[in-house]
Amino acid sequence: MKILFPLLVVIILVGLVFMGVQEANLHLLFGIIIPYVSVTIFILGVIARVVNWSRSPVPFRIPTTCGQQKSLSWIKRDCLENPSNAVGVIGRMALEILTFRSLFRNTQTELKQGPYLVYHEEKLLWLAALAFHWSFLIVVIRHFRLFIEPIPGCLSLLCSLDGFMEIGSPVVFLSGVALLGAVSFLLLRRILSPKISYISLTADYFPLFLIIAIAASGILMRYFVKVDVIDIKAYTLGLLSLHPVIPADVSVIFYIHLFLVCVLLVYIPFSKLMHLGGIFLSPTRNMANNNRLKRHINPWNYPVKVHTYEEYEEHFREKMKQVGIPVEKE
Amino acid sequence: MAKEPKPQEIISQINYNPPQKSWMDIPVEMKEGMFCYGAKEKSLQTLDFPNVRSWSVLEEDWKLPEKWDKIVLEGIAERLKKYRSFKIFMDICVRCGACADKCHFFLGSGDPKNMPVLRAELLRSIYRKNFTAAGKILGKLAGARKLTLNVLKEWWYYFYQCSECRRCSVFCPYGIDTAEITIIARELLNLLGLNIEWIAGPAANCYLKGNHLGLEPHTIKNSIDFLVDEIEEKTGVRVSPTFNRKGAEILFVTPSGDLFADPGTYTCMGYLMLFHELGLDYTWSTYASEGGNFGFFTSMELAKRLNTKIYAEAKRLGVKWILGGECGHMWRVINQYMDTFNGPADFLEVPTSPITGTKFENAKSTKMTHISEFTADLIKHKKLNLDPRRNDHLKVTFHDSCNVARGMGMFEEPRYVIKNVCNHFYEMPENTIREKTFCCGSGSGLNASENMEMRLRGGLPRANAVKYVQEQYGVNMLACICAIDRAALPPLMNYWVPGVDVTGVTELVANALVMKGEKKRTTNLRGEDLSVEEKADV
Repeated sequence: MKILFPLLVVIILVGLVFMGVQEANLHLLFGIIIPYVSVTIFILGVIARVVNWSRSPVPFRIPTTCGQQKSLSWIKRDCLENPSNAVGVIGRMALEILTFRSLFRNTQTELKQGPYLVYHEEKLLWLAALAFHWSFLIVVIRHFRLFIEPIPGCLSLLCSLDGFMEIGSPVVFLSGVALLGAVSFLLLRRILSPKISYISLTADYFPLFLIIAIAASGILMRYFVKVDVIDIKAYTLGLLSLHPVIPADVSVIFYIHLFLVCVLLVYIPFSKLMHLGGIFLSPTRNMANNNRLKRHINPWNYPVKVHTYEEYEEHFREKMKQVGIPVEKE
Repeated sequence: MAKEPKPQEIISQINYNPPQKSWMDIPVEMKEGMFCYGAKEKSLQTLDFPNVRSWSVLEEDWKLPEKWDKIVLEGIAERLKKYRSFKIFMDICVRCGACADKCHFFLGSGDPKNMPVLRAELLRSIYRKNFTAAGKILGKLAGARKLTLNVLKEWWYYFYQCSECRRCSVFCPYGIDTAEITIIARELLNLLGLNIEWIAGPAANCYLKGNHLGLEPHTIKNSIDFLVDEIEEKTGVRVSPTFNRKGAEILFVTPSGDLFADPGTYTCMGYLMLFHELGLDYTWSTYASEGGNFGFFTSMELAKRLNTKIYAEAKRLGVKWILGGECGHMWRVINQYMDTFNGPADFLEVPTSPITGTKFENAKSTKMTHISEFTADLIKHKKLNLDPRRNDHLKVTFHDSCNVARGMGMFEEPRYVIKNVCNHFYEMPENTIREKTFCCGSGSGLNASENMEMRLRGGLPRANAVKYVQEQYGVNMLACICAIDRAALPPLMNYWVPGVDVTGVTELVANALVMKGEKKRTTNLRGEDLSVEEKADV
């Protein structure tokens, strides 16, 4: 159910756009209205989420320290895993965001006869996650060539690097293949690993199916159904310049691809996919461990009821005097 | 009390493969030996906590206030406004599963709700149902569920089965920290008077009497006097500590556990000897006689209320700075919370070692230095006359305490000290030390006796790593810098790795410390014969 339902939803979404474009001629809806609406929801939604997060303060400085602290001058400190200043924090965040540092630590535990607990290196999740996110990013950036005219040199360079193996015509982009491969691995892992399957929610499968469908439709369009890129570019530039024109005679596969991307855009702000913004704000990673060096202010710090020394002495004065502990009032 | 299972029984029961049934459909079952008794009326009353009444965990009726669910939901709303961490950790988990097998309680029990991700989902599901659009509309499909009495009991059971050790947070790609989630969940439970007595009792003691054990001022003095006699018997040196002395340079604060039970008392003797040998101008306080903070396991407010005493006493006595003893969560609070709670400590000076002149710049604002930092500096400057041969009968390994490791990052200082006072030091396997260290199984106030089975299960990964070095190198001593460790690790070792004892680092220092005017040392502080004859100053 957890798996079939989201799969079904994605199939229905594809069916919907197929019927809408092929049968009902809703080109205007799928080609112009939905893209505009979904981009608006995406932008406003993401901003709203980030603003909402930042509205809550960070009352305490709580970095998770993963390396030696800065203390005595002759002890070698770990500037990245336990940063004591902003530069270190930027380094730590960069490692986390660009290389998934923490995921790289992953191990898998096995209980062997003995008993012995054995911690095996487990880099597959890290590798798949890295391949997935990086190829996704490259695919997204690559798509900018449809939005910019003339195409800047760096973008062309990226495209030629991405297709450096020069297989097929049009040239196969490695990022697309990597994306589909990695996301399929992540899906299979979620289904096949008992532990991961147990913790998974419908909301974990849905984006995977959706992204698989997006990647597959994109690949279909580029290599198999072959749509006219010139037409599409005219269309995207039209969208961008707010003078949208519906492309003539573009295959329905294009609308499927486009619509699924729109669904993803709308889905992001309301889902766990917001981790792309959240990671920047995670207090255990984005703060320096300089708590004793520099006072952190809690904006909602308030006075609390305490048991004062005077009350304490009042209670214990005689006992204190008997054993010679100095008191304030004799 | 539940019967303690045999090690082999525990091992044979552990199965990391989850059951068929969805976790949401499995109601919580209170298993004896796995939970602590509920907080007593008197403790709640002393601390001014709500819903003061006597109640029992195993009874159906927990005597909750009428609109308890409303109180909880309002509590969540308030905390979402107060803590960005809470909001973010509720929102961004992708359930990648990296944390699943990183929790010692999961590794020792196989209970899927002990996977950090599911522990958090227990609360997240309620958050979704009440605070997110998707959860409100889609319900279970979005991973949301209604807050029921069963859910509340499930929270109580599992949030008092998390020791806030932060190991999962090290492995999480977003740094989601289950300790933070547990802290907040326990705050919510405490809105309904649902603490455990092992936390509420010590916290109430600490509030009224200054320390968790409830030692009154004269008892503190008597306990330390007893240790002074012991020291004299072993070393021939009479040390003379002072109490509540105004004008001392340094206030020394350590967990009260070290005054009370072995092997903590040996560590305490170590402090007394070290400070005497240095001629340190320091004082103990009977009012601020607790370094630990069981308030931290209850609510941030109570943590602050208990922590207040340290600065207040430092101010009253007019000391220059504060030195802190060996303790785990105490140092998480001091390193990450104290200055924010109760600072600024502008009436104190930057800690400066009167012996070496070293300024502890890293504590410039909080003005409190760790005994291991202090001792490492002394050794580096060769200010201590040490004979590590006196520890030659020991093969030592070091257990990084969770809070000191992941809430501070103090790895090298204690190791440097140990290596200078012991000739035989061996590290446990890499995945079980430093930032990846495993909890003793009893942290965050879970070191009661009625939950012993859970403690032994949770302590399995730590004990298993000790077993490895015992078999490889013949390790027979587990050193640590935490009072809860000193209380919790001996029974754990006894159960899983017989033959390994537990010591504080300062005890090792004191045994190696050659004191001015000492008699020939024939035994260590525990009264055990020194294996190596002191070769007349070779």
